[in-house]
Amino acid sequence: MSLPNDLGYTAEHEWLRMDGDEATVGITAYAAEKLGDVVYVDLPKVGQKVTAGSVVGEIESTKSVGELFAPASGTITGVNDSVVASPELVNHDAFGQGWLIKMTIDEAPQLLTADEYAALTGE
Amino acid sequence: MVDSLGTTSRQTPLHSLHEALGASFTDFAGWQMPVRYTSDLAEHHAVRDTAGLFDVSHMAEFEVSGPQVGEFLDYAVSSWLSPIELGQAKYSLLLNESGGVIDDLIVYRTGPFQYFVVANAGNREPAWTALKQRAQDFDVELHDVSDQTALLALQGPKAYETLMRVFGLEVGKTPLSELKYYRAIPARFEGEPVLIGRTGYTGEDGFELFIDVSHAVPLWQALMNAGGPLGLVPAGLACRDTLRLEAGMPLYGHELNATTLPVQAGLGRAVSLVKGNFVGRDAVVEGPGFGAPVLVGLIGDGRRAPRADYRIFSGDVPVGVVTSGALSPTLGYPIAMAFVDPEFAESGQGLEVDVRGTRLPVVVADLPFYQRKKN
Repeated sequence: MSLPNDLGYTAEHEWLRMDGDEATVGITAYAAEKLGDVVYVDLPKVGQKVTAGSVVGEIESTKSVGELFAPASGTITGVNDSVVASPELVNHDAFGQGWLIKMTIDEAPQLLTADEYAALTGE
Repeated sequence: MVDSLGTTSRQTPLHSLHEALGASFTDFAGWQMPVRYTSDLAEHHAVRDTAGLFDVSHMAEFEVSGPQVGEFLDYAVSSWLSPIELGQAKYSLLLNESGGVIDDLIVYRTGPFQYFVVANAGNREPAWTALKQRAQDFDVELHDVSDQTALLALQGPKAYETLMRVFGLEVGKTPLSELKYYRAIPARFEGEPVLIGRTGYTGEDGFELFIDVSHAVPLWQALMNAGGPLGLVPAGLACRDTLRLEAGMPLYGHELNATTLPVQAGLGRAVSLVKGNFVGRDAVVEGPGFGAPVLVGLIGDGRRAPRADYRIFSGDVPVGVVTSGALSPTLGYPIAMAFVDPEFAESGQGLEVDVRGTRLPVVVADLPFYQRKKN
């Protein structure tokens, strides 16, 4: 599984693409594969203020439920309506069309590099 | 292999083959089992539409034989096994003295004085212990053959055609076409004995094949070669769970446990009261207390499924708990099984499930949720 080098990663198996003080957030392909076929995605509302580490959404597969954690404190600025309509995008394109939320970030979080994340998952 | 807890995780004789197929694995009852090869949904649909092949070699198997084997089984388990015909199988419950379930079993009659008992992997020890202990006053012999027995489950509308095409499979006098549901016949694959039962855990037509571990890989390959052109795919435990849930089949530890009576789980038919004494009989006759919860089906709408252990309410009153649930791949809506207060167990009853803090409406429904069209 190839990990994009331009993304930052968290130990909660999320990825962030930073663009100024806004981040696009999704779950990694590794996390999507562990979940199995994603059949339901619940995302926060645009404008919602979130605290780092809090649960802001759910990613549900036929087999289990995964939580989406806010990777930092900030405000939700966008959600991916396509993925709500077609949850399988999380499996098919976790790092692209399967993105979940966009948010402003109050303070940049400590992120893992692609290599560090790969070491964490052992893949 | 030893996991982080220091416990040994076992592998089936097909492990390398699963790895080569790119399977993801999960720990199940101390075994590393294939959870999926490609996609849970694709494998689920394949079993409903064509066929799937499962490695369920983790299951436990016991051979029971001897002059008093029928009397012994009638005493040791819930169903009436002494009168079943050679080749017949019966779903049975191993009960404790309180009428709770130690394990659910399939028992095949394989000889005039011989039966073959299939138990859950996670209950191998308690089931074996209970059977051994109950055998003390009978002239019978028990052998735990789990370690040398592999089990492949071939399930789906193309299962029969697949089996007919397997090269190297010889059946005896009874042709496969006459093998009825819940019957088994002895056969040989490449000279090795194989027991073929028309049984399964998916709600589809299908077969379960028991063979010595030494022949598990070639049998798997022969089945895949025969069924591949018909749409047969390897199928993992993830889809096995959604398939059995749609078919309303209980899973030990979810719908069955040591403190719930068979009748509460809708399994009164697996208990014979006319056959004489058996372990748990008094408790079963007495029945559960007034208001004891009963197993029901639940149907929701939307895509969010009730899951095991979620609580069920009628208004503000807690009335039950979910035992299994998923978004049904076949039906497209959420389904679940649950134990609820009998007052709220009528079909059509509206209830609410607490799905991680959100109350979602559900309706009580008859089981099973899915039934295949019979020919």
